[in-house]
Amino acid sequence: MQHGKRGPAFWLLGAFFCLFVLFLYGPTLTILILSFQGPGGGLTFPMNGVSLHWFRNLFEKQMVGDFAGSLQRSLILGAAVMLVTVVASFSAGLAFRSRFRGSGIIFYLAIASLIVPSILISLGIGLLYRVLGWDPAWYSSAFGAHLTWTLPFGLLIMFAVFNRFDRRYEEAARDLGATSWQTIRHVVVPILLPSLIGVGLFGFTLSYDEFARSLYTAGTFNTLPLEIYGMTTNVTTPVLYALGTVTTGVSFVVIALSLLSVAWLRRRRARHGSDAGKAA
Amino acid sequence: MSRVKSWVTYLQVAPLALVFLLFLIVPIATIVVVSFFDYNTTQIIPAFLLQNYEELLLSPVTWRTYQQTIQFALITWALTLGIGFTVAYFVAFHVRSPTMQTVLFLICTIPFWTSNVIRMISWIPFLGRHGLANTTLINLGLINEPLEFLLYSDFSVVLAYVHLYTLFMVVPIFNSMMRIDRSLLEAARDAGASGWQTLVNVILPLCKPGIAIGSIFVVTIVMGDFVTVRMMSGGLSASVGLMMANAMSLLQYPAAAANAVILLLLVLFIVAAMMRLVDIRKEL
Repeated sequence: MQHGKRGPAFWLLGAFFCLFVLFLYGPTLTILILSFQGPGGGLTFPMNGVSLHWFRNLFEKQMVGDFAGSLQRSLILGAAVMLVTVVASFSAGLAFRSRFRGSGIIFYLAIASLIVPSILISLGIGLLYRVLGWDPAWYSSAFGAHLTWTLPFGLLIMFAVFNRFDRRYEEAARDLGATSWQTIRHVVVPILLPSLIGVGLFGFTLSYDEFARSLYTAGTFNTLPLEIYGMTTNVTTPVLYALGTVTTGVSFVVIALSLLSVAWLRRRRARHGSDAGKAA
Repeated sequence: MSRVKSWVTYLQVAPLALVFLLFLIVPIATIVVVSFFDYNTTQIIPAFLLQNYEELLLSPVTWRTYQQTIQFALITWALTLGIGFTVAYFVAFHVRSPTMQTVLFLICTIPFWTSNVIRMISWIPFLGRHGLANTTLINLGLINEPLEFLLYSDFSVVLAYVHLYTLFMVVPIFNSMMRIDRSLLEAARDAGASGWQTLVNVILPLCKPGIAIGSIFVVTIVMGDFVTVRMMSGGLSASVGLMMANAMSLLQYPAAAANAVILLLLVLFIVAAMMRLVDIRKEL
């Protein structure tokens, strides 16, 4: 398999893979194209001219609900969830390196948080707020609901990362007289930075796109996915696709920034891998 | 010293534990408690009644809905497993350069970080009455009238599930495959196994943990789904999640809660059965 000419199996599987990629990305590409539909165009092909009409339409508040507001809320919420996910997962990852009482329980809670259907979390938090007489809001109840989805991913990634982490770096730092905090700040965090960026990517995007967990927890003001969902039932113009293009665009910018910075860190590390003999 | 250390450990894990306590355990406990409450058209009334469960379990609608949801889960599971395994197998064993493997793997995972709702909407120009699929088939002379079942049917629901969730299979199976010691494959070949025999007798058994993890994801997500069913079936198909959402919109919170408890028990039972096949902690 590793040597010589490609057999027919390779080409067959390769074709299957290409079809799969087409299946994954084809529909998204289609709405990307259709969002530039002319003012008279409809929800399907053919294109009726090319214009930015539907993008302008998107930012006119009265036309399509509160797009700008919900986008802003989702961006802020995503950033907050990202920050807490990175810090809490990293810190819990440190703790899990030693066995402590209750570690098994917390691990299984994380797994449970992943497998309990999102709508149950949403329903439960919504009911809890109702029973307590509190008003759910995107910055309180929805924030917590999103964390129950992003933290397990963060924790599992940190497990995988710390399993491969060489503790001798820390011992070396300690032998050189670093305090625990200095060791974490100047040794552990820089080494793990690419993985932490990865955890942040999960934190932001999963929150930014979350629908079910926001449903009964967002309160009066919609987050973006809720707003989009509301629009699907009453908007029948390509403005829906313009919305899709902008939303997906934001996701892609975040994904690209994360992947590029990880690649950049890796390359820099390869260049400056050792500073032996470079001391000033 | 060790007392200080254990304090630090608990402090480090506290934020995580706090989130799970406040936003997972307490809400689920609330659901269980409320499922025994009484309710009328305007409010919920604290009580200890089994009535919500009785009404639910005695209604044939409930059984039909659960049956349909399980059916969706099974069909989606089979399709995502087949497609996911094939895709992972190609990238893990037929692509030779590690860089190319990483690139192809990323291509498969990037959609996971984009919006599911948008990805569902993006099927409209394909499957609608005047969508690409119907137009193409009519132009080819294969059909005379647009196929109605393409959008807003069980077909489109399953299509969307496969579209959204196959990567939950690809990632863990690919992970399992990359951990297989390549010398095992060589040994199989040296012992005279054909490519197919190696796949079935060596690779497949070693991928079991990945398959189990992927299956847990896909099955639990589909079992609890309601937005895909509502959007892609246009209200024509049913699911347990949708049933709960409908009860919620009628302010029948205790009824929704009772349904939630039953769904939770069912999902936990399925997951427990699958977990017997795999130790997740070993797979990281």
